[in-house]
Amino acid sequence: MMGRNGTTGTVVTAVIGCVAGLLLASCGSSGTSSTSSTSGAAGQPPTAGMKTATSIGKGEGQLNLIAWEGYAQPSWVKPFEQQTGCQVNAKYAGSSDEMVTLMANGGGGQYDLVSASGDADLRLIYSGDVRPVNVHLVPDWTNFIPQLKAPPFNTINGVHYGVSLQWGPNVLLYSKKSFPSAPASWNVIYDPKYKGAVTVPDNPIQIADAALYLSKTQPGLNITDPYELTQAQFNAAVGLLKQQRPLILKYWDLASQEISMFKNGDAVVGAAWPYQTNTLQAAGAPVADEIPAEGATGWADTWMLATHAPHPNCAYQWMKWVSTPTVQAEQAISFGETPANTLACPIMDQQQKGACAQYHANAPASYFNSIKFWKTPIANCGNGKSDCIPYAQWQQAWTTEVTG
Amino acid sequence: MAGKWTRRALAAWVAAVLLFLFVPIITILLYAFNPSNIQSWPISGVTLKWFSRTWDDPQVRAALLLSVKVGLVATVIALLLGSLAAFGVHRFRFFGREAVSFLLVLPLALPGIITGMALNAFFHNAGIGFSLWTIVVGHATFCIVVVYNNVLARLRRTSGSLIEASMDLGANGWQTLRRVTLPLLSTAIISGALLAFALSFDEVIVTTFTAGAQNTLPLWIFGAIRLGQQLPEVNVVVFFVVLLTFIPVAIAARLAGGGFTSRAEIGRSAPGPAETEPVPGAQPVAP
Amino acid sequence: MTAGAGRAADLLWRRPWARATAVLSPPLAWFLLVYVASLVVLLITAFWQVNPFTNQVEHVWSLTNFRAFIGNAAYRAIIARTIGMAIAVTVTDAIVAFPFAFFMARVAGPRLRTALLAAILLPLWTSYLARVYAWQLILSHRGALNWTLNQLQLPGVQLAYTNWAMWIVFCYIWLPFMITPMYVAMERIPESYLEASADLGAAGRRTLRKVIVPLALPGIVAGSIFTFALTLGDYITPLLVGGAGSTFIGNVVYNNVGIAGNLPFAAAFALVPVAVMALYLAGAKRLGAFEAL
Repeated sequence: MMGRNGTTGTVVTAVIGCVAGLLLASCGSSGTSSTSSTSGAAGQPPTAGMKTATSIGKGEGQLNLIAWEGYAQPSWVKPFEQQTGCQVNAKYAGSSDEMVTLMANGGGGQYDLVSASGDADLRLIYSGDVRPVNVHLVPDWTNFIPQLKAPPFNTINGVHYGVSLQWGPNVLLYSKKSFPSAPASWNVIYDPKYKGAVTVPDNPIQIADAALYLSKTQPGLNITDPYELTQAQFNAAVGLLKQQRPLILKYWDLASQEISMFKNGDAVVGAAWPYQTNTLQAAGAPVADEIPAEGATGWADTWMLATHAPHPNCAYQWMKWVSTPTVQAEQAISFGETPANTLACPIMDQQQKGACAQYHANAPASYFNSIKFWKTPIANCGNGKSDCIPYAQWQQAWTTEVTG
Repeated sequence: MAGKWTRRALAAWVAAVLLFLFVPIITILLYAFNPSNIQSWPISGVTLKWFSRTWDDPQVRAALLLSVKVGLVATVIALLLGSLAAFGVHRFRFFGREAVSFLLVLPLALPGIITGMALNAFFHNAGIGFSLWTIVVGHATFCIVVVYNNVLARLRRTSGSLIEASMDLGANGWQTLRRVTLPLLSTAIISGALLAFALSFDEVIVTTFTAGAQNTLPLWIFGAIRLGQQLPEVNVVVFFVVLLTFIPVAIAARLAGGGFTSRAEIGRSAPGPAETEPVPGAQPVAP
Repeated sequence: MTAGAGRAADLLWRRPWARATAVLSPPLAWFLLVYVASLVVLLITAFWQVNPFTNQVEHVWSLTNFRAFIGNAAYRAIIARTIGMAIAVTVTDAIVAFPFAFFMARVAGPRLRTALLAAILLPLWTSYLARVYAWQLILSHRGALNWTLNQLQLPGVQLAYTNWAMWIVFCYIWLPFMITPMYVAMERIPESYLEASADLGAAGRRTLRKVIVPLALPGIVAGSIFTFALTLGDYITPLLVGGAGSTFIGNVVYNNVGIAGNLPFAAAFALVPVAVMALYLAGAKRLGAFEAL
């Protein structure tokens, strides 16, 4: 069966040649479709001109969310699905970086909403992955605390790019067996006494937590904002984390990893979200959390609407639903965070005695101001010199110097 | 040739390895009955509540359905293209034949994350939105290789004289294909298809990069692992998958090693133990 | 209908090249236009950059990505760690699998053989994620392993989130992939060879060393291709089971693609396992492993 080898070979070569030619030709194109812009201080976001909906139409039957673990719990998802017919499909992400990348990769018609924290919002807005929303379609928006109605991270030039959701601190989680009384300071996670039993998030933004700790313990560094660090301040924070590295059992990427570590006794102290504490306590583990003396970093989350959301009506229904006082209360208690809706406080106390005070839902503005909310570090940090360390270097340092 | 003590030692080793292989699986099955949703040891009780909760969970059903759909489509594509490729490489000598064989090993030899990343970038640049079809493309790529290996190995053991005899007896190419070649290959095709489906069903790395908002079953399981509160549902799902796959696994095992002797062996190599083709499971892919 | 098919078949019979083209085009088209094309684009992307402000990929050609990881001790350590683990897992699995495959191929009867095959295949159908997570539970501080040790009055071990845990889990997951090619290769050894070896005076162990191992070598190498390649690219096991210092190549690649959104760097770093596997495959081909696949 010899046949004409040459001809078949020619065909094969021709195909390879065509493919190579196509590839070289495609070199000229840009690849991604979003328009580019500068890093956030100036310039209009690419989607600023898009018109917002004037009313909520009929639900499309499905809703695709990108959410933090614990933001789409059955207790408020199921009633939503029953009332609106929108089946909720949640993809979980454990860091702002992950959310930004998921939106960039799947923003073209895959996801509807993303529960972005302050440090992801501006990146999403300026990359054109989210679009303006009409907050008047969310009646409870008028009941939000003033700081979260139009915060600078999700409202630009008066245009809202999402609806604020909840906010909360990154807490110190500890085992009551190892700490009979609550630790007074964050220094316990830097203490060699707990070598091999400490855990912190695997997230470059942790450098800010180290910076916050140093701002109180080494005032000589003059750190005023843990996200605006000069080279010297940055090096000090990274240095502290490198010292911490031998103490770390594991840098957790998934909330469940920290839950597992504490439940099984592998870790005794660490940085966590209140979600882990609540899940552990519900399972009977002897743990507790607190905000130590140096203060805490935190996050303020916004539901943002994707530019090419395939189910915008369901998206608006969801934003409306999770802003109502009852659902705000439920989510606050479940995750351990503070609702944006001021009317949620009494309902929280009904659902769980003392919950309103425990989760600071009725706290004065000073508490809000004490939390150092996540924001994206940029070079231009307002000191006139533009010498702050931008986020790309935070990622680099985290991977190569701290965890690597 | 092995002495009695050697046999005993080997049997003990085999038993130990089997224990090693099955302890985690048994652990998963046990945890399906654990009342607490945080999994610690020992198990605090026995309950069936997770079974009903899993059955009622629409996310699980949707993920399972998607996985089955993707698996079936990818397997069908793999059967067609894999068999064609095996025929082509086996029968024809052409320029680039070595390169083609090498090409067809790549999806298995390259880590799955590279395949996933490459396809992700490809779809993104081409403006193709992620959907069932992008997942299928990812899976079919390694399923083709699996079927190709199985069919090619069987072809190598098939005596060419049978084809020629069929032609001599008056059958044209199409009839020979239908009446002689395909029946000879049938078990290789079936075991290739079973293995391809199995790999597709449990694939997670390539799928992470080629799925959009949809969840196949492994993606759902990963999401449940992230959440930390739905782990018993994962255990229940695995429980049922294990139960249901007893049958295909038994079939695959029988086809591959259970003493099947290719009838085409007659007239070929020296008499010896029954030749077997690559066992399903010999061509894995990054899970 | 069949007459038409018959005429088409005759037409193709007289033109082998047309047959070859017809048969090979669909699979080749798939592979070249989709798979190879995407791999080549990935390769090209490795030479590009990401604009740190806009996060878009810019077509600026440079070797920055390669310099970034070759010049950085942390990345070099990650590569060394991954390759080291791949070697350790391959060697361990080869040792564990050899007696098992030998038993299956040469000692067990046909029924037992089928049962053992089924026993190896069943874990492959059980979810990989669930099995890895099960190991994490077994190895944790108050998990099944320590509980068993305590019951036996033995001290507990601290294996969770260490490289030992990863080594155990990798060996466990890839073991079936090592056993089956070995089994296939050993099964092909004609009994007559072993009898001849015995006739010529070789004792059991000598026959093993001089006859069985060399003949089974293609199968061993074929199995090692899988354990090696799969370990090089895996990120899920280090993620779920690894500890603080357990970043692998797969994790770096995944973090850069799925989290940091830096595809060019990820593509550049991903060329490392590709290069390693290319070398490994070239060596494996020499040893005849491709026939044993």
